[in-house]
Amino acid sequence: MNRGRLLEILRPLVAVVIGLSLGLLVTLVAGENPIHVLSVLLKSAFGSRYDFGMTLYYATPLIFTGLSVAVAFHAGLFNIGAEGQLTLGALAAAVLGASFAGTPSWIAPILATLAAFLIGGIWGAIPGWLRAKRGSHEVINTIMLNFIAGGIASYLTLYWFRNLETQNPETRPIGPGFAISQWAFFGGAPVSWAFALALLTALAVWVFLWKTVPGYELRAVGQSEGAARVARIDPAKVRILAMAIAGGLAGLVGVGEVLGGAGKFKLGFSPDYGFIGIAVALLGRNRPVGVVAAAILFGALHKGTADLDLETEHVTRDISLVLQALVILCVSAEGLFHLRWLRKKRAAQ
Amino acid sequence: MKFTKFFAFSIAFALSSTNARGADEFKVGLVLDRGGRDDKSFNAAAFRGANQAQMQLHLNLKTVEAADDNAYETLLRSMAQKDFDLIIGVGVAQQEAIKKVSAQFPKKHFVIVDAEVKAPNVKSLMFKEHEGSYLVGAIAAMSSKSGKIGFVGGMSIPLIKRFELGYEAGAKSVNPNIAVLKNYVGMTSEAWNNPPKAKEIAMQQYQGGADVIFAAAGASSSGVFDAAEDKKKYAIGVDSNQNWIKPGLILTSMMKRLDVAIFQACQSALTGSFKGGTENFGLSNNGIDYALDEFNEKLISPDMKKKIESIKEAIIAGKIKVPDYYKQKG
Repeated sequence: MNRGRLLEILRPLVAVVIGLSLGLLVTLVAGENPIHVLSVLLKSAFGSRYDFGMTLYYATPLIFTGLSVAVAFHAGLFNIGAEGQLTLGALAAAVLGASFAGTPSWIAPILATLAAFLIGGIWGAIPGWLRAKRGSHEVINTIMLNFIAGGIASYLTLYWFRNLETQNPETRPIGPGFAISQWAFFGGAPVSWAFALALLTALAVWVFLWKTVPGYELRAVGQSEGAARVARIDPAKVRILAMAIAGGLAGLVGVGEVLGGAGKFKLGFSPDYGFIGIAVALLGRNRPVGVVAAAILFGALHKGTADLDLETEHVTRDISLVLQALVILCVSAEGLFHLRWLRKKRAAQ
Repeated sequence: MKFTKFFAFSIAFALSSTNARGADEFKVGLVLDRGGRDDKSFNAAAFRGANQAQMQLHLNLKTVEAADDNAYETLLRSMAQKDFDLIIGVGVAQQEAIKKVSAQFPKKHFVIVDAEVKAPNVKSLMFKEHEGSYLVGAIAAMSSKSGKIGFVGGMSIPLIKRFELGYEAGAKSVNPNIAVLKNYVGMTSEAWNNPPKAKEIAMQQYQGGADVIFAAAGASSSGVFDAAEDKKKYAIGVDSNQNWIKPGLILTSMMKRLDVAIFQACQSALTGSFKGGTENFGLSNNGIDYALDEFNEKLISPDMKKKIESIKEAIIAGKIKVPDYYKQKG
């Protein structure tokens, strides 16, 4: 491993440490012993099988959204729409599961997974198409589509597929054949085969991007559109494909949430997985392995901070959000710095 | 903050020495809804009751708020795994989590507010919101000069429909021709915590001619009160006594006495008389009431008060049948 490569791995880690230190400083100001806070964080993220399971449960959707953002990044696109894509993907899985509740279990989860990927993919392809054919910027379009996805999900959930047995806004439960089993090892935490699927997906994304022709074309367009054109690559087609894949990956969040977790689509289930996915991709340097590692780190952070309120005297929910945000901020700042550095290096060549 | 805590502890300590069972060791966990303890409404009422229990019964209280809807179960379970004796979940969103965790920890005691969980170790606290809403609906109609009143709900769920239906029936009992404008803040749990949107809706209703608005929207209600101040029109508070928030503009508040209910639940758990099952709170046992204090005494004339009290008595006596959304469905 050469020095540059080592630096590339070390720098994001340093960013995490800085962010965490700043966050712990805030807890010190709030009147708490930072070392105690850190030990609570670690204990509640990794302390028991259940805690570790919850960490992996929160990491699973972040792997998918991180991969989604990373794939778009490689094509030179900024996917801020993962939140909308995952909303519709999860809704698609839930609606299919509720509407065809009798589907046998050997095929049902596969169908629901495909539905989540497909619907998320379509939702991602729309801004891809708009960018490729109309030149309208994907950042704006994906943000706007997030709102539309939220509206569609609310409407369908409340007026078409509402679960009448509860007051909470959610769809009817999926059929028993659709449920994927949770791993008993984690003592009741909803870790399911969706986590394995996330790891497999990361592997598949790596194979696609670095071992296939379309993946090569995708990266070529991202690195230099002009050069890609010369090589007879159609940037428009590549961009639509990249955004469709990005959307599909985000849609797969529904597998863990609906099939492996809640068993239904709950309005507002995602604590901004789509947006945290951007930080995950930045921290993971847009590499699948990095994304998986970063997602587990952020999952641990989410789980750890969630329990601070309970375990300490003075750290409330708001302060734990500040702590979490500081880590994300440092990671993103460092990641953006890295992007600029890459661009400068490229410009110099 | 520190001083009050020290003060509370010293009182607790002084009194606990006379208590046979070390009540300080009795731990109560309170898991609040998304609005948070400062919503001045629903969660604030729950927090007040638990705090009162901490002060007067000298028990050890820990209050937490969930970061997302998946976190309820984790928090409840963490509390059950620790040495908490009584765990209280506030709000319908925790129904499923309480059901699951209470089954896993059959020896612990749980309380759920606003939803029913049928288990021997779970006490469900239910309120007859429709009764109180009927009462404030009548007050709204008595005070309205325009013949139009408004209703701003949080989320369009059966619980809030129950407020709406009672409110409208109460208003129509006073003035059969009154028009009721009805709107909801949102469709996700964010609706309980979105004052700007609530304000926008209330402004529209005031502009549409309403001169009294009943806000049943948790922390969002403060937006309705802001609109009332801008337009110099009346609003009605909910869950806690909110008359003080905009003195002279809040006609009254439909009080849902979570504080009383939760205090009683803590007391029963502490004395060992805790029983599972559903407890109903309504006008008859002061679990539901309308607020009358120095901030709104000028708005409620003695004549009005007499009428309101007679309606209240008639509801308690069963002479007035208030429509109940929960029963209508089934």
